[in-house]
Amino acid sequence: MAEKGFFRRVFGGASTPEAEQTEVVETPVPAAVPAVEAPVEKVTWFQKLKRGLSRSSNAISESIVSVFTKRKLDAAALEEFEEVLIKADLGPATAMAITDALRTGRYDREISEEEVKEVLAAEIRKVMDPVAKPLAIDAARKPHVILVVGVNGTGKTTTIGKLTAQLTAEGRKIVLAAGDTFRAAAIEQLKIWGSRSGAEVIAREPGADAAGLAFDALKQAQETGADILLIDTAGRLQNRDELMAELEKILRVIRKVDPSAPHTVLLTLDATTGQNALSQVEIFGKRAGVTGLVMTKLDGTARGGILVAISAKYGLPVHYIGVGEGIDDLEPFAADDFARALAGL
Amino acid sequence: MFENLSERLGGILDRLTKRGALSEADVNEAMREVRRALIEADVALDVVRSFTDKVRSRAVGEQVIRSVTPGQMVVKIVHDQLVEMLGSDARGIDLNATRPVPLMLVGLQGSGKTTTAAKIARRLTDRQKLKVLLASLDTRRPAAQEQLRVLGEQAGIETLPIIPGQLPVEIAGRAMNAGRLGGYDVVILDTAGRTHIDEPLMVEMADIKRTTNPHEILLVADSLTGQDAVNLAKSFNDRVGITGIVLTRVDGDGRGGAALSMRAVTERPIKLIGTGEKLDALEDFDPERIAGRILGMGDIVGLVEKAAANIDAEQAQKAAERMRKGVFTLDDLAEQLGQMQKLGGMSSLMGMIPGIGKAKKQIDAMGIDDSVFKRQVAIISSMTRAERRNPDLLKASRKKRVAAGSGTKVEEVNKLLKMHRQMADMMKAMGKGKGMFGKLGSMMGMGGMGGGLPPGGMPDPAALEKLARGMPGGLPGGLPGGLPGGGLPGLGGMKIPGLPGLPGLPGKKK
Ligand SMILES: Nc1nc2c(ncn2[C@@H]2O[C@H](COP(=O)(O)OP(=O)(O)O)[C@@H](O)[C@H]2O)c(=O)[nH]1
Ligand SMILES: [Mg+2]
Repeated sequence: MAEKGFFRRVFGGASTPEAEQTEVVETPVPAAVPAVEAPVEKVTWFQKLKRGLSRSSNAISESIVSVFTKRKLDAAALEEFEEVLIKADLGPATAMAITDALRTGRYDREISEEEVKEVLAAEIRKVMDPVAKPLAIDAARKPHVILVVGVNGTGKTTTIGKLTAQLTAEGRKIVLAAGDTFRAAAIEQLKIWGSRSGAEVIAREPGADAAGLAFDALKQAQETGADILLIDTAGRLQNRDELMAELEKILRVIRKVDPSAPHTVLLTLDATTGQNALSQVEIFGKRAGVTGLVMTKLDGTARGGILVAISAKYGLPVHYIGVGEGIDDLEPFAADDFARALAGL
Repeated sequence: MFENLSERLGGILDRLTKRGALSEADVNEAMREVRRALIEADVALDVVRSFTDKVRSRAVGEQVIRSVTPGQMVVKIVHDQLVEMLGSDARGIDLNATRPVPLMLVGLQGSGKTTTAAKIARRLTDRQKLKVLLASLDTRRPAAQEQLRVLGEQAGIETLPIIPGQLPVEIAGRAMNAGRLGGYDVVILDTAGRTHIDEPLMVEMADIKRTTNPHEILLVADSLTGQDAVNLAKSFNDRVGITGIVLTRVDGDGRGGAALSMRAVTERPIKLIGTGEKLDALEDFDPERIAGRILGMGDIVGLVEKAAANIDAEQAQKAAERMRKGVFTLDDLAEQLGQMQKLGGMSSLMGMIPGIGKAKKQIDAMGIDDSVFKRQVAIISSMTRAERRNPDLLKASRKKRVAAGSGTKVEEVNKLLKMHRQMADMMKAMGKGKGMFGKLGSMMGMGGMGGGLPPGGMPDPAALEKLARGMPGGLPGGLPGGLPGGGLPGLGGMKIPGLPGLPGLPGKKK
């Protein structure tokens, strides 16, 4: 197939720090995660993911069919293929890189639809494999502190709600900190999510200092012997310096209580976001020390292809995808499924 | 990350030495770059295609004006086409209907509908003295109705009382009733976010429309949206027939190509833009401004507007007066630093200046952040009046006192004094400049701030000049003389249009 290390070559090797090219998780389907009470139809994880991505893959595979059925892989075909990828938000550079991989050794040959899909999936997988890592909870920490950050409306609070349900179902004691003291009724929103899993929510009045609240919450979580403290934060645009500084302050203050905290900093990315998601990862990464990503809203028609560009460039772990507004609409991120779904396989 | 389009086109087209009409080959080559720039700006691919086709037919055969390069010429054509497609028909919200006028907001989850609802209510109340009722039909997202209630309270706008358990359509009916009975002028219906492929929710939205017959149905969409913008805009428009678009998060650093995509597929005007979290951060849509941003040419107009609104006119006039005489005291410097802070600090300002990529990196590398302003202001305010007028008084012991008083170090005091000296020299040198703003502007934009602040002291003028050159179109009122690409006729994004001559300052642009 296509030669390996292609993305690393293209993107200057800056990606994946300890590129452990481990054989891909043959996806341990959620046996480990006791299903949160879901009386209705229990769809398998893969079906769900497919459902989440189906629009994308349909569109892509349709385009691929139209591009490649009985066709020579010539310049025009390659350009059309590149456009298919661009429409999935992979961005011009990543799209071009994949198209180049497709070209190598195949130019002007007759190529079948199946082969094109396989190459596409393989190329996407190459980038996504190293970043598909489950969220690891350090049981030695009491609590393991998870800070959730991101742009307004990207799904921080909802993701916390879903995550709380999963982690609670694993038998862990979760405490939530209502760190979005800015947006109207954000505290209420988190409280409702907390009550759905029976998790304690630590809150102050609206407008209170978020860092102070985080400080108190961590102390309290320590005292009550919680396993995990999930801290919600107000949404912020990454180019707002003073708001990013506020996030840094939260980090500083948390570290006064536990110098090793936060143990996880999750950045939520909205799948409908275009190229700006790169800037979100870069700046939140720099300022808030993001350790992992969650891509939300993959249940729409947005394809989330920007994640490929992000992973190629930053190599940050991708832990979960959000596929709806329900409590169990959070799925572990699996590179193989993502790649195959994007490729229409 | 993004290269400015004019730089890129310059690279290709400026190699052409021949003058005269733009050939088809030139234009085709240019269109490749335009295409890429638009894709990077998140314009949907199909829209890019129709856009470049239009530009191509407009550009081929066009005479290149003598004073500009072919690259600049193409940029101008691209810009004009973009402005045209974004809509010169920008209109506000139409309320020409029987009272209460129903106004409905729709969109994806998290696009900013609720905040926008409150902002619009606030605007109609403030500007048109209308009586507005806000109603949240979002029974899905936890605490969504509560969110609108709180926002209404903050904005001083009535909200429909929440009755738990009611369905969205029922709430809509109740809202219209309350609107009639309460003598409201406008009823704003905030709906739940929905994915446009969620059939039951799309049906619900159509039902709400049928019940209330809204005079305006506004699609609220995130300006950071990628290629999906066309799908969502088309779906919402097909299902309920939107009457306009509100773009949110325009204060982000996204390129906003989704604006063009949505406008193109729906042919509905973009009516308003959201530019911040505060309830007054709602502005009229200005195609020039968004066009400049999509092309990566910075938000010059936005910068100028913001500067005009924030700078105290009287102070500015005084400062300009003194500068004309070549006087620049530490008080003047302190004032400039204060103005910088008012404008939202370095990063906010940098975000609006064209060609930021490069300059921002340079400035980041210099380690300047907004706290530097604060410290510098603190240093100056720790000086006595006499010292501020005559910095030569500041000998070792006095410097120590100032450093202690401002919580800084003597080295920092020295740096500030050195910076001030260099700036004062520059002011003198510029004393013969043309417009007032040229001086004040360059001081704020460059000479004073971007260049003046590095802790290592001020870069030499040559370096500044270089920095300015790195910014196509130049900084607002950049260094006097030699602004490459500046003054291209009709290119709104690249010069300072209608800068309301600082002293006096009242009129905003246009
Ligand atoms: N369809 C869909 N909606 C989501 C998803 N995640 C969050 N949302 C919705 O997006 C909106 C914003 O989410 P919220 O958690 O409040 O965002 P926050 O501002 O980042 O905390 C809400 O309406 C959520 O219900 C997802 O995966 N799919
Ligand atoms: Mg939230």
